[in-house]
Amino acid sequence: MSHVLAVLEQRDGSLRKVSHEVVTGARRVADELAGEVHALVLGAGVIQGIDASGRYGADKVITATNTGFGSYAPEGYARAVAERVQSGGYGVVVFAASAQGKDLAPRVAARLGVSLAADVTEVAVDSGMVVVTRPVYAGKALLKVKVTASPAVVTLRPNVFTPVERPKAGTAESISVTGDAGRVIVKGIKAAAGGSLDVAEAPIVISGGRGLKEPANFKLLEELAGAFGGKAAVGASRAVVDAGWRPHGDQVGQTGKTVSPSLYVAVGISGAIQHLAGMRTAKVIVAINKDKDAPIFKVADYGIVGDLFEVVPKLTEEVRKLHG
Amino acid sequence: MKIAVCIKRVADSETRVKIAADGKSLDEAGVKFILNPYDEFAVEEALQRKEKAGSGEVVVIACGQQSSQETIRTALAMGADRGVLLEAARIPADGLLVARALAAELKDAGFDLILFGKMAIDDYNHQVGPMTAELLGLPCVTCVAHLEIADGKGTAEREVEGGMEEVEFPLPAVLTTDKGLNEPRYPALKGIMAAKKKPLEVKPAAFGTTGLEVLSMTPPPERKEGRIVGEGAAAVPELIKLLREEAKVL
Repeated sequence: MSHVLAVLEQRDGSLRKVSHEVVTGARRVADELAGEVHALVLGAGVIQGIDASGRYGADKVITATNTGFGSYAPEGYARAVAERVQSGGYGVVVFAASAQGKDLAPRVAARLGVSLAADVTEVAVDSGMVVVTRPVYAGKALLKVKVTASPAVVTLRPNVFTPVERPKAGTAESISVTGDAGRVIVKGIKAAAGGSLDVAEAPIVISGGRGLKEPANFKLLEELAGAFGGKAAVGASRAVVDAGWRPHGDQVGQTGKTVSPSLYVAVGISGAIQHLAGMRTAKVIVAINKDKDAPIFKVADYGIVGDLFEVVPKLTEEVRKLHG
Repeated sequence: MKIAVCIKRVADSETRVKIAADGKSLDEAGVKFILNPYDEFAVEEALQRKEKAGSGEVVVIACGQQSSQETIRTALAMGADRGVLLEAARIPADGLLVARALAAELKDAGFDLILFGKMAIDDYNHQVGPMTAELLGLPCVTCVAHLEIADGKGTAEREVEGGMEEVEFPLPAVLTTDKGLNEPRYPALKGIMAAKKKPLEVKPAAFGTTGLEVLSMTPPPERKEGRIVGEGAAAVPELIKLLREEAKVL
């Protein structure tokens, strides 16, 4: 029997939603190993929302505090997580493949001297060993990998492990971590102009390409995203990011972000292979393009052939009616 | 300033993936290989830092087959001073092995900065930089999109969900570079000619054992054929209906 450690994330003292996905993924593995899920969050004090972890399947919720842990502290966090993994004898450690998880998990794995299965979209157990599926070549192929290292360290791609309610006791434990935050100090986070929702984590992504003709026209997409009431983020093709119309963080594709929202709306994007690679795992794809032969229609579930400057405002109006 | 840049040879992003006969890897026949795009930012940053400092050395290190020499030469043509190839029969799927080989080469070599691209666009492992830092006991900042260095200290900005994280760190340090940090230069003809004469040392990579076993590589499931709902704004109500009733995403 082996227990699973789910490493959660907080920002400004509140649990980040992606943490529920981590607990859900960890629960899936723990069930197959007949083990427990222990959820670990690091912070400077009490973390708001941490008690919800029991609902998603955490048997125990551990808050590890240190005055230097209010913001992410790469070295201090890595040391604290690695120590907990060792003292708790965990067989599996699960992180989110978020900005923080992608920074922290490799440090923890290297500290423990084990390999890391990163950015996985499926996780299972076979003969007591974790087996993951991870997209490579930006989703143009899937690699199935058996993790023979112990502990097995895994990061989960955001938006793939839909949180499932699996109520467990969620017993709370609080520990204080000695030592300092480390040499890398996070001074703060400057909020992005486009709001707090990242394209990699948004349930709905509205992306625009060269068909929008000029940067100012992205306003149409921002209005459509706004109509979804805070659930949608605006993405962009490489062409418009390279042209300087949109920030790099919004780019969807092989050289940008790979996204798996429940709804992806491609507006004025022809669908180059490197773009398709970044969004083909979306649950539902809608394409709006004036060229009926555009490759984007080959992967879209629903397409509208037409002038985006007429179609998008109409779509915004209809979505507002639903959410109004 | 002495700077190391760790680079990787990857299949071009326009590659159509064909799976090799072993069922576990890419069929490389006819595939165009390039310097990993995120590594270009690392090479460029190193060159600019050295130029700014007025002296120093930029060393490019790659792990892989003999063919990676070509990728090293690309970085040398951009302006790096010398190259090191840690030769292996193939680039491992396990980032820890690459990190170990790189750490062995970088250890005690006196680099002020060790740069990586934030990830390789082939395996999306996103881990070799921070793992190498951990093995070397160095501070590390990943996904750097803005960087200032003065008096042995650095300030960086890295993209996180919904904003930019501002980070301070001491040198020597490991950094991984993101798009937006700079505009990588194209190798000029003169640089390409000069690169041919620059030193490139080849030595075997020391990996150790892996904790990952690749079972298979398969094509992703085909998306089922979609349909054109209609033309123009008139098709929107039907689209909304389908998204609500058939796809159930609204």
